Amino acid sequence: MKKTGAQILCESLVKEGVEVIFGILGGAVLPIYDTFPQYPRLRHILVRHEQGAAHAADGYARVTHKAGVCIATSGPGATNLVTGIANAYMDSAPLVAITGQVATPVIGKDAFQETDITGITIPIVKHNYLVTDVAELAKTVKEAFHIAQTGRPGPVLIDIPRDVQQQQTDFVYPDKLDLPGYKVVSRGHPAQIKKAAKLINEAEQPVIIAGRGIIISQAYDEFKEFAEKAQLPVVHTLLGLGSFPGNHILDLGMMGMHGTGYANMAVQNADLLIAIGMRFDDRATGNTGEFAPCARVIHVDIDPAEIGKNIPTEVPVVGDVKSVLTALNEVIERREHVDWLSQIEQWRYEYPSLEIRQSDELLPQYIIHRIYEATRGDALMVTGVGQNQMWAARYFVYTQPDSIISSGGLGPMGFELPAAMGVKIGCPEKVVWCVAGDGGFQMTIQELATMTQENIAVKIAIMNNGYLGMVRQWQELFYGRRYVDTKLWNPDFVKIAEAYDIPGIRVKRREEVIPAIQKAMDYPGAFLIDFLIEPEENIYPIVPPGESLARFFEPSKPEVLGG
Amino acid sequence: MADTKHTLVALVEDKPGVLNRITSLFRRRAFNIQSLAVGSSEHQGLSRMTTVVVGDSAQLEQVRKQLEKLVNVVKVSDITEENMVTRELALIKVKASASTRSEIMQIVDIFRANIVDVAPGSLTVEVTGDEDKVNSLLGLLQDFGIREVARTGRVALTRGKGS
Repeated sequence: MKKTGAQILCESLVKEGVEVIFGILGGAVLPIYDTFPQYPRLRHILVRHEQGAAHAADGYARVTHKAGVCIATSGPGATNLVTGIANAYMDSAPLVAITGQVATPVIGKDAFQETDITGITIPIVKHNYLVTDVAELAKTVKEAFHIAQTGRPGPVLIDIPRDVQQQQTDFVYPDKLDLPGYKVVSRGHPAQIKKAAKLINEAEQPVIIAGRGIIISQAYDEFKEFAEKAQLPVVHTLLGLGSFPGNHILDLGMMGMHGTGYANMAVQNADLLIAIGMRFDDRATGNTGEFAPCARVIHVDIDPAEIGKNIPTEVPVVGDVKSVLTALNEVIERREHVDWLSQIEQWRYEYPSLEIRQSDELLPQYIIHRIYEATRGDALMVTGVGQNQMWAARYFVYTQPDSIISSGGLGPMGFELPAAMGVKIGCPEKVVWCVAGDGGFQMTIQELATMTQENIAVKIAIMNNGYLGMVRQWQELFYGRRYVDTKLWNPDFVKIAEAYDIPGIRVKRREEVIPAIQKAMDYPGAFLIDFLIEPEENIYPIVPPGESLARFFEPSKPEVLGG
Repeated sequence: MADTKHTLVALVEDKPGVLNRITSLFRRRAFNIQSLAVGSSEHQGLSRMTTVVVGDSAQLEQVRKQLEKLVNVVKVSDITEENMVTRELALIKVKASASTRSEIMQIVDIFRANIVDVAPGSLTVEVTGDEDKVNSLLGLLQDFGIREVARTGRVALTRGKGS
C-alpha cells in the first residue's frame, strides 16, 4: 500500500525510536500534522515559539542521549529555529529539525513564507537536506538520524516541501546507509595511545581537562578509573561538569573565565594537560598565547578537526572517549603525585570556591547552594546564560552525569525554560530546576504556557537582580561602571506565573530561601520562585577577557558555604 | 610559519548545493582561497575539486580536516608536497592591429599557445600550462593591451607511479 510523504516521515520517526516531537504547525507542515493522529506513539509538544521547540529538543537530547526532534513550518517557523539549531551545533547535541517548505513548483519564486532554510543553516548544521522527491524521504530520515547521533553529534535539518508531504510512494525503510563521505573514527590509534600513556606515566604535574565528550560518550566509569588509577586531578569545562564527581578529592571544579582559582592555577602550572572531549573554547583557555605555558598536551577527541585548532597538541588521539579511555586504562601506571596534589590542596585552601562575601542582601550563591543541599545534588540543573549560569555552575556540586544542562558555545539567553521542558520530558522521574536570569527568562517566557498545557513540572528559580547582570558586571569592571542600557524594568514574575496557572512566590530575604525551595519541591507541578537578589552581585573569580588564566581576581569573601 | 600556496584535491559528491557548502566553509573559517575548479571525475557521481589555498601548515591542516567533515566530501588530499602535474587554462583577448598581429602570433607560438579567434581589432589566445607560464604570457601581451581575460584556476593530479 502506498503511503504519503507525511506518513513516510512518521513511519521513519517511529523506526528511529522517536517518542517526542517539539513544534508548532503552520501551512507548510499541515499534511504532517494531519497525519500525527495515526501515530499515537509520537507525542507532540506544542510550544509557543519555534526557538523553544529547538531548545526543548536539545535539552531532551542531552539527557536521553538520543536525537531530539523539532518541527516548524516554512519561512518564519524555520528561521525561528535557527538560534536553537546553532546552539545544538556549538554544543554537539544531536538534533533532527524538520521544516516544511513551500511546494516544489514555487521554490525560488519568493512564495509566501518561503525561506531558503537549507542555505541559511549550512554553517550551523552537521548536515541538511532539501527533499524534492518523496522516494528519497525515508532514506533521508535514516541518514539524518545516523549523522545527528554518531561521531561528534550535531543538528541535521530536513526541509520537506508541502507537495512532497502529500505525494505517495511505497514505504521501504532502508537498512543500509550510503554515505561515502561520512566516516566516524571510534577507536584511538594504538600508537597514539601508547604515546599518550608514556606522557601520562612520566608526568609530574598532570591535569585532566574534562569536557562534554565524556558525557556524550557516557564514559563516566572509564573516566573515573582513569583519573583514580594515575591520581590525575580533574578540571572541567562548563559542559564537562558532571562527568566526574564534583565532591571527589581529585576534582577541582570548573576552569576558565569564571573557574575556581585552584583549577586555573593547576592548569597554568601543569606539565601535562590531558584534554578529553573538549575543544579549548576561549572562555575555558583565556589568552591562548599564555595558556598552560609549561604543559605538553594530549588531546582526545572524536573530531579530528578539533585537534590543533586552538592549542598545539603534542599527542592527538582521535577516537571515541570511552574506547580511548578503556585502552588507556590498560597501559597507564598507578601513580600518586603526592607533591603535586598537595600543592593543589594548598591552592584550594588559598582560593576557596564555595565562599561568598558577608551581606545582609540575598546572594545568589547562597540560593544555588541551598538548592544543592535541598536536592542533595540529585537534580537536573538547567541554566540560562550569564551570571545565573555561572552561579549555577559554581555553587551546585555536580556529582552525577547529565546533572547540568547549559549552553556553553552559543550562549543564547532564554535557553533555560524550553531546555528545562525538554529535560523534564526526557527524565520525568527527576527533579528539574530551571535557573534563570530576569533578562533571559523574558526571552522565552511564553513557554510557561506550554508547561501548563503539557503538565511539565519544572521548578523555576529566577535570579532577579533587575539587570542584564553579566553585561552589567562587565560594564562595572571594564567600562568604568557606566551601566548603559542594562537596567531592566521587570514585570511581576509571580503574577505572570499565576496568569499561566503556575504558583509562585517572591523571596527577598535569606531566611525565606529554604522554605521557598521546599515549597517548590513539595508542589507536584511547575513552580516559580522570584528571588530578588542583591542587584550588583558579581560572579568571581573572573579572568578579564583576553588575559591569561593566571590573572583571575576576586575581592575577599569571608563566609564559607556548606561548612 | 610562512604562508605558502597549497594545492588541495578533493573528491566530492555531485549533488545540489555541495559547492555552496564548500565555499560557505571557506568563508566562515576565513580560509584564503586563490582558485577553485570543479569538474566531473573518473567516478560516477563524484566530482574532483582542485583548490589553491594560501596559508601556513597549521591552517592548511584545518582546511583539510574541516573539508573532510562535510558529509558530501569523500576525500581530501593536500598534494603540494607530492610530485604533481598542474595546469591552468586562460583565454586572453588582446588588442591587435595589422601592425602588431604578427608579433603577437610569434609570442603565442613561443608559448605553444593557440589563436582561437581573430577579429579586426583583436586576437583571442588560448594558453594552457602552469600558472607561471600563463602569467608570463599575460605579461608579454600586456604591452599590446588586454581586453578580457578568463582563467580557469588550477587543476592538478599527482603523477603516475614510476614517472
